Amino acid sequence: MAKMVPLPSRGMVPERDIGKAPILEATHLGIEFGGLKAVDDFDLTVGRTEIAGLIGPNGAGKTTVFNLLTKVYQPTSGTVLLDGKDTHGMSAIQVNKAGIARTFQNIRLFNNLTVEDNVKIGMHNHIKYNTISGILRLPKYWIEENRAHEKALSLLEIFDMQHLAEHKAGSLPYGAQRRLEIVRALATEPKLLLLDEPAAGMNPSETAELMDNIRKIRDTFNIAILLIEHDMRLVMGICEGIAVLNYGKIIAKGSPEEIQNNQTVIEAYLGKKKEG
Amino acid sequence: MKQAKMNRTTRSNLITYLMVIAFFVIFQILIATGNVSSLLKGQLVPICAYVVMAISLNLVVGVSGELSLGHAGFMSAGAFSGIVAAGYLQTMMESETLVLLIAMIIGGIVAAAAGVIVGVPILRLSGDYLAIVTLAFGQIIKSIVENLYVGYDANGLQFSMVKNTLELGEGGKMLITGPMGANGMATISTFTMGFVLIMVCLFVIFNLVNSKSGRAIMALRDNKIAAQSVGISSSKYKLLAFVVSAAMAGMAGVLFALNFTTVVASKFDFNTSILILVFVVLGGLGNMRGSIIAAALLTVLPELLRSFADYRMLVYAIFLILMMLATNNPKLKGFLQSISAKIKGAVGKGGEANG
Ligand SMILES: Nc1ncnc2c1ncn2[C@@H]1O[C@H](COP(=O)(O)OP(=O)(O)OP(=O)(O)O)[C@@H](O)[C@H]1O
Ligand SMILES: [Mg+2]
Repeated sequence: MAKMVPLPSRGMVPERDIGKAPILEATHLGIEFGGLKAVDDFDLTVGRTEIAGLIGPNGAGKTTVFNLLTKVYQPTSGTVLLDGKDTHGMSAIQVNKAGIARTFQNIRLFNNLTVEDNVKIGMHNHIKYNTISGILRLPKYWIEENRAHEKALSLLEIFDMQHLAEHKAGSLPYGAQRRLEIVRALATEPKLLLLDEPAAGMNPSETAELMDNIRKIRDTFNIAILLIEHDMRLVMGICEGIAVLNYGKIIAKGSPEEIQNNQTVIEAYLGKKKEG
Repeated sequence: MKQAKMNRTTRSNLITYLMVIAFFVIFQILIATGNVSSLLKGQLVPICAYVVMAISLNLVVGVSGELSLGHAGFMSAGAFSGIVAAGYLQTMMESETLVLLIAMIIGGIVAAAAGVIVGVPILRLSGDYLAIVTLAFGQIIKSIVENLYVGYDANGLQFSMVKNTLELGEGGKMLITGPMGANGMATISTFTMGFVLIMVCLFVIFNLVNSKSGRAIMALRDNKIAAQSVGISSSKYKLLAFVVSAAMAGMAGVLFALNFTTVVASKFDFNTSILILVFVVLGGLGNMRGSIIAAALLTVLPELLRSFADYRMLVYAIFLILMMLATNNPKLKGFLQSISAKIKGAVGKGGEANG
């Protein structure tokens, strides 16, 4: 496990990422829903190739943080720097083009389309032909579609899913749907991948495999991954830096050991888990 | 490369093309051998127009997942601009086919422009406003045409609104006279042109759907938030589907209008929009072949049933209900599917084993 070192700003990143600008720097991020501060004064730094974790009890505001980072909601306060660039005023589409891709806690696939098409839709902005070439089937269309086909299959190979390419996404079992969401997100060629409870509904052996695959994805694509997860074995097993959220506020940050031994975290979150 | 392998979509599209070609060839032969009643013969161009209306509406409703209740409005916009174009062009061109072709293109462009005007503000909004706005649009087009006066003389085309203030010079001719609609047109539409239009529209729709733009349109239909999360612009692709569909409806409108000597705006009212929506729903959302069959059958049926006189609408209604049951009732659907599977098995193709 990489050693976490402090940056001149407030965040921590893995030691190997210290020479590079962090991929994500969120400061004082906040949003209110009719008076309720779902996320309040949220600060987080994610290193260039870090696997980071965001944990906390149900309703703590974790998914809302993802929605703020990906501009499903516009934050009411704070700034998000992606690769040093301010994402203020960007739309969900622009922020994806700038390099953030995500999966959803409540799976959101294109259910009536095939697995392969789901991945190709992820590649949308990297497939270079226009509508007219598509309708007239100009050479550009064939070249790019063939390339997209090969690329989609090679991305599906990460999770050994090539043989499912022709199946409807909606017909896949739950675990496969979660994996397909990751593949689709990767197809957008992100610098930062956000995974919202990727192991939810998976059995222990599937989860163990997922852990290997998350590491493999980071190593192959050289990207940063920020994940939300309730499965502590996964979080403690693969995350280098962890932030704990409770009632919309960060209550602790640190390495897995630090978090596991943090008295506030044990009281607010981890302790309860053991009882239940 | 592997691309040579024909996938299921390609095969299904091919069957649809072949079906339309077969329909055309068979009717051409029947006409040539004098086996088509004049009643049915008169229906051939309207059938083609309604088929194009149905598949173009299916692009919006089935493929893009937006409800439009004013599709006939685009047909109307195309029809009357096509009438004006054709009426004027006939004074300087010999070839009727060329006049029809240019009129159809103009009708398509006008309807597409109307599509942009309606679509740009609405498709930016999230929520189902399109149904309401297209409904209003259909009414507005009808009102505009009913108050429109267009004529030409040696000085060229002349327009006026609300009141007929046109004073045409010698050799002048009115093309559209307000509530009276368009009169005395040369009927230049042909079955062949209808067939060509269907084929062109099918080609555009199938190739659009099976391209990156089509995937984006369907992604937005299936899950808008997810589509945006992978960088797909909602307004751009919803508008694309809507405008392409409007252009096709406009061309169908020209084809339809120039099949008659007289056309009034109420021919393209709300009832027509709903009728076309019925074709789409009955044929199956996103299913172009279904739309073609439904549009063709339901257009000829009322005419063929004329001999039933009083019972005509009753039989039509029963037929509608049966068709609805056949396409939407899961039990009947399963039954029909099992039958078609059996037929396939008997033919010896073997089921599509899907591991
Ligand atoms: N669009 C919204 N409107 C109003 N309240 C919202 C909205 N989205 C989230 N909230 C509220 O914000 C709080 C945080 O929700 P969020 O989904 O972020 O929690 P979470 O940490 O992801 O929980 P879980 O572990 O159950 O997924 C909750 O109280 C939720 O009800
Ligand atoms: Mg959540």
